[in-house]
Amino acid sequence: MSDMITFDKVDKRFGQTVVLDQFDFRVARGEKVAIIGPSGSGKSTLLRIIMALQDIDQGKVSLDGRPLWDAAGGKHRIKPTRKHLRDMRSLVGMVFQNFNLFPNLTALGNVAAAPRHVLGLSQAEAEARAAALLAQVGLSDKLQNYPATLSGGQQQRVAIARAMALEPEIMLFDEATSALDPERVGEVLEVMRALAHERDLTIVVVTHQIGVARAIADRICFMEGGRILEDGTPQQILNEPRNERTRAFLRAVHLS
Amino acid sequence: MALIWEYRFDFLAGVWWTVKLSVLSALLALVLAIVAGVARSSKLRVLRIASGVYVEFFRGTSALVQLFWLFYVLPYLGIDLTPLQCATLGLGLCFGAYGAEVVRSCIQAVPQGQLDAAAALNFSYFQTLRIVILPEALIMMMPLFSNLLIELIKATSLVSLITIPDLTFQAKSIITKTYSSGNVLLVTLAIYLVISLIAASFMRRMEKVLSRGRQTGQPA
Repeated sequence: MSDMITFDKVDKRFGQTVVLDQFDFRVARGEKVAIIGPSGSGKSTLLRIIMALQDIDQGKVSLDGRPLWDAAGGKHRIKPTRKHLRDMRSLVGMVFQNFNLFPNLTALGNVAAAPRHVLGLSQAEAEARAAALLAQVGLSDKLQNYPATLSGGQQQRVAIARAMALEPEIMLFDEATSALDPERVGEVLEVMRALAHERDLTIVVVTHQIGVARAIADRICFMEGGRILEDGTPQQILNEPRNERTRAFLRAVHLS
Repeated sequence: MALIWEYRFDFLAGVWWTVKLSVLSALLALVLAIVAGVARSSKLRVLRIASGVYVEFFRGTSALVQLFWLFYVLPYLGIDLTPLQCATLGLGLCFGAYGAEVVRSCIQAVPQGQLDAAAALNFSYFQTLRIVILPEALIMMMPLFSNLLIELIKATSLVSLITIPDLTFQAKSIITKTYSSGNVLLVTLAIYLVISLIAASFMRRMEKVLSRGRQTGQPA
């Protein structure tokens, strides 16, 4: 299997804070990876780098064999031009913790916007695609609802449909269920699980909810202090963690 | 009050000029405010500096002197504007500068998450501006624009000094004819108040239209 995402010795700092430290990471095409770890461990930054929302200070990041970031000593060896970022972003879709729907557009409008304006489909084609995606996430009856009239779970399902509308090869979920009421987590998880069945779609989920990792992932990485400390199957990581830090984290999560 | 009634058509003519001028210069100010406000929050230094100079100059100098300059000095430079053009341009430039600051601050208040989502969807800069930022920022701008519009309506009284027969101009000329300043000025104040109230209620309605669908529980 070819690698869909590669991180080669990546450093990322915010001022004095080291967020990624000589970070190596590989995800094969079609793999479903969950990254767990305490907050501040660099998980979200990792996703933002893949989405090209954040650059790196050092090292190399490639998507589907194509270089996205290549930096040495804080200098970019690949110029992050608008065209380069747009090319690379077309491979990736992202779902955010706080949904980030556009409040001035209906559910249908939110999902149709990118196909209409970025892919240049006609209004009718874009809306047809949006309606089909919203049906897939179980929101056929909410097409004309504005985000403010939807529950958190419904908003997040719209956000997933919106990210899928550009047919990405990689889907990123940044704490996608963390802002939801507990009884709303299930409906979003169900949609994510359906996506996880798509064989060719590569998924990276960042979460501190073990249940989410268990439901989606065929591989779990435990991350802390800008490094991956343990990497294995869900069975191994969750049931017999080898690293002391992983054990401490899992104990803390189970207590909460 | 019989006196006021006798001069009702003079008052009406004044109201017509005041309203016409308010609408024209408000439209010009709106366009300038959006262009300069967007430029002020641009990534390009040139645009930021250019719009900064515009804003600081026109809000930092007297509106009346600006009007005088357009009216008395421009003809010497070979540019002859009608009084209406001078007034529209002067008030538009001045209030566009105030408005630009409103636009800039409201653009900056759009949550970063919205911008991240737009970037993740691969929107271009102008698409992000048009589809995400401006619709969002516009709602925040409305109460502030409403303030500025009322300021603008009251500032139109300055144009009586460059020969435009607006409401203030008419009031003054009625006073010189009747020597009844108290009543005439009272009626004039009342008329300005009514115009402002109408403008404010129009702006509230606009705000409601722009923010449709935002209230929870409202049918779509």
